[in-house]
Amino acid sequence: MMWETVIGLEIHAQLATRSKIFSGAPTAYGAEPNVQACAVDLGLPGVLPVLNAEAVRMAVKFGLAVEARIAPRCVFARKNYFYPDLPKGYQISQYERPIVIGGHVWLELQAGERLRVGITRAHLEEDAGKSVHDAYQGLTGIDLNRAGIPLLEIVSEPDMRNARQAVAYMRKIHSIVRYLGICDGNMQEGSFRCDANVSIRRAGEQALGTRTEIKNLNSFRFVEQAIDFEVERQIEVLESGGRIVQQTRHYDPDRQQTRPMRNKEEANDYRYFPDPDLLPVAVDAAFVAAVRSQLPELAEARMERLVSTFALTREQAGSLTASREVADYFEASVRAGAGNARATANWMMGELSAAMNRCEIDISQVPVSPDALAVIIARIDDGTLSASMAKQVFEAVWNGEGTPQAVIETRGLQQVTDSDAIESIVDRVIAANTDQVAQFRAGKHKVLGFLVGQVMKAAGGALDPKRVNALMREKLGA
Amino acid sequence: MSLQPEDVLGIAELARLKVTAEEVPRYARELSAILDLVARMNAADTDGVEAMAHPLDEVQRLRPDEVTETDLRERFQAIAPQVRDGLYLVPRVLE
Amino acid sequence: MHARSVLELSRALRARELSSVELTQHLLARIESMDGALNAFITVTAQQALEQARAADRRIAAGTAHPLTGIPLVHKDIFCTDGVKTSCGSRMLDNFIAPYDATVVERLQAAGMVMLGKTNMDEFAMGSSNETSYYGPVRNPWDHARVPGGSSGGSAAAVAARLSPVATCTDTGGSIRQPASLCGITGIKPTYGRVSRHGMIAFASSLDQGGVMAASAEDAALLLETMAGFDARDSTCVDRPVERYASVLEQDLKGLRIGVPRQHFGEGLAAGVEARVRDALALYESLGARLVEVQLPNTDLSIPAYYVVAPAECSSNLSRFDGVRFGYRADQPVDLDDLYRRSRSEGFGAEVRRRIMIGTYVLSAGYYDAYYLKAQKLRRLISADYSRAFADVDVIMGPTTPDVAFRFGEKGADPVTMYLCDIYTNGVNLAGLPAMSIPVGFSDALPVGLHIVGNYFEEGRLLSIAHAYQRETHWHRQVPEGYA
Repeated sequence: MMWETVIGLEIHAQLATRSKIFSGAPTAYGAEPNVQACAVDLGLPGVLPVLNAEAVRMAVKFGLAVEARIAPRCVFARKNYFYPDLPKGYQISQYERPIVIGGHVWLELQAGERLRVGITRAHLEEDAGKSVHDAYQGLTGIDLNRAGIPLLEIVSEPDMRNARQAVAYMRKIHSIVRYLGICDGNMQEGSFRCDANVSIRRAGEQALGTRTEIKNLNSFRFVEQAIDFEVERQIEVLESGGRIVQQTRHYDPDRQQTRPMRNKEEANDYRYFPDPDLLPVAVDAAFVAAVRSQLPELAEARMERLVSTFALTREQAGSLTASREVADYFEASVRAGAGNARATANWMMGELSAAMNRCEIDISQVPVSPDALAVIIARIDDGTLSASMAKQVFEAVWNGEGTPQAVIETRGLQQVTDSDAIESIVDRVIAANTDQVAQFRAGKHKVLGFLVGQVMKAAGGALDPKRVNALMREKLGA
Repeated sequence: MSLQPEDVLGIAELARLKVTAEEVPRYARELSAILDLVARMNAADTDGVEAMAHPLDEVQRLRPDEVTETDLRERFQAIAPQVRDGLYLVPRVLE
Repeated sequence: MHARSVLELSRALRARELSSVELTQHLLARIESMDGALNAFITVTAQQALEQARAADRRIAAGTAHPLTGIPLVHKDIFCTDGVKTSCGSRMLDNFIAPYDATVVERLQAAGMVMLGKTNMDEFAMGSSNETSYYGPVRNPWDHARVPGGSSGGSAAAVAARLSPVATCTDTGGSIRQPASLCGITGIKPTYGRVSRHGMIAFASSLDQGGVMAASAEDAALLLETMAGFDARDSTCVDRPVERYASVLEQDLKGLRIGVPRQHFGEGLAAGVEARVRDALALYESLGARLVEVQLPNTDLSIPAYYVVAPAECSSNLSRFDGVRFGYRADQPVDLDDLYRRSRSEGFGAEVRRRIMIGTYVLSAGYYDAYYLKAQKLRRLISADYSRAFADVDVIMGPTTPDVAFRFGEKGADPVTMYLCDIYTNGVNLAGLPAMSIPVGFSDALPVGLHIVGNYFEEGRLLSIAHAYQRETHWHRQVPEGYA
């Protein structure tokens, strides 16, 4: 029995505005409970919402980046339900008339495969507060600092067919919002959250199966695991003759399973209606044009540019542009040095990437600057350093020993480049190893390696092996 | 328009109002009377008429992205029923 | 002292014939001795008032006074007043000390006015008789066995009894005009968006508007021009210059076209009320105006449309009252659900709960189109009626209420009976137009009010038209027996 999985993702990205969407309270993470909840955020009687221009601009930026349509008029609507972290008893969101409609992204999957994922809509809404459950016996504490932070809810079409695609989509959106500078994408802090809608159907069937919603997935890994589990679960249920119950579930990473949520929104009648405290938002052509003129170069375009400008492979360019900061580092490094893009790419995808993983840091925390990397590569190119020496230098700079030049000098890592010095070592080795020399001249060419090795040993390794090899051959008359 | 007891209880649930069994018939009666009044709307032909959410034909003003609110926690929590360590307290919520 | 107009008092204060402290003390004494019978006040802020009066006198002495400096006023208990109880006539906010001032309060305070207290009102502004207040009903100073009207019943009674020269108030379906009419005073509801709603606790957001009650249009004008105007904290407040209403009161009425809606003179209108209203219209004619019959064919539909839109909006606006951050909280809730249900059911009175239920119902799944959307479409038709009429006339006049003040409990049996009181007034709120009520005589010894409706942002014209009538008549100067 062939089953097809259908996945749609709803992503909530917290917009990186200074103040909240409907009030002038600050949005900085980590403050003491309720010091960033003003009267509007608390839903005190008599206070009213006033819309933050930057939130609108950021939503428009996103819409342009995914080639969506920007609604010339959009409307805020109240989503009514009761929960302690929702002070007004309704969330100001958008329902029938969102600000961004349509759009799509292209995903680069494994083995050069590309997938187009449609975006249904993106809309603005306010975030709710936070509940602290474990602090007090029998009581829950409510912190409303987060209430009113702007969210952009991005709804995908159900175009994904497996967990890998879902993760690729999530990464893509993550990259876009970070590239645009509209969201810091920090999943640990809750700035980027994902809900997955999962259903299955028999292969070939048009109708969608009953779906479940897995809420609040805050890591790429959890999204993948949760979806995989849920698909298996649904298949099992259907294959054993059961029915899928439409419900919300959450992912338990310790047990690695999705479990039904105690539904805070059971009897989901949100009674949406246009918020009478807010007027329709007009986003005219001039506004959109102004936002468009401020758009940074997006990942796709940057990737194409790196391929054409620096002759990188698509895979290299794709890897380097996955994050705007990594791409910035790459270009800075290439520009600082002699322009050896290939080598820079290799170093970044190799040594640098390995070191970052080992130390669990991101590009912004890397202790080797783009300039320093450029210097190291330049020293290889001009023969000062062998490849293995260069790795040593890299590590030393990483560990804070100093600049590449300083490390080279302090450790005396310059390859011996003085021709006479090399020649004299070669002569000495030839003189000291007459048997091997004779073997070589008799046709046993493998012995060259031994002789080169001896030269390297005598010189303490600070030699360019290719050069030694060539010189040895010359001297042996090969 | 006649509201049934289940309707009354369903509405009360959504509105988080407590309606006792004794109160249900009275609510059903009163609310039904109001809905009868409201049903007079059906006499009007509103085909092709656009809904009017606001008397004003204006658009939303946009505010600059600036922090304008200082920390007023003390003042606001002075009027709160139950707070501890800066948090508002409610009976334990199960999730 | 208490019978003098704001203009007279202002002049007297600045001429130092009278001090604000004396005036305030006098009114506080009146309130003390007379409000027991009326119950117009929920809170009397005597201490604060005297402090403000002293500050006002200093300012007057320093020559930096505003025309309203030192003049006492009362605020309907729906306006947040920093550090002072703000109850909305409800048990839900019985313990609520507002942590900030409403814009209206701020502006009048900045002008140096003296707040005597907060007036009683129908709970959360829902009602037409001031019988639903948690603090007990307000009595009509003209007849203590009768209602003053609502929801701004306390403000109306206070001004009618001359316990305060002016009062702030709010109007969602007639809550300024109807009590002004039943209490024989002048009340004005401005155009929607003219006065900031910041700090004015919301009932129905797209209908609510703050206004003024006073003994005359002249007095109301001064207050309105000080209160009105753009406020960045209210998105629905319009950025449009405020006319100097008090300076444009003297207008010639020659050629004024007064629309008289046929539908407002039909069945249900008491004969005595009709007679007084027609007398007033005749007076306007003698002053040079011309009466023109107009049609407001959707008049009857304004009540059902209103009773869908207003409850819908209020059901959502009142969701924030949940016992968590402020206001009433039920004792020892066993769980969250209990906290919500009991706090709300014990905190809210019967009429409020009814309207929340209706509002929840008309917004709920399956009913939104048939009710809410339909009502919003009717709203457009009703507004269009007025717009069409205003193509031919400058103002529209008629009775404010179908009858004079009724007895307590008379309309209590069935909520719908009360709702029908709003027949002439709530179309105005649906359309967002400005409107006034002024006293034009008595029927069975009870006040009758004339309803005057203007086009958008024509408060100045309305006030001058009302003033023209009050220049020629004395109804607005009459004070109920025992309150002179």
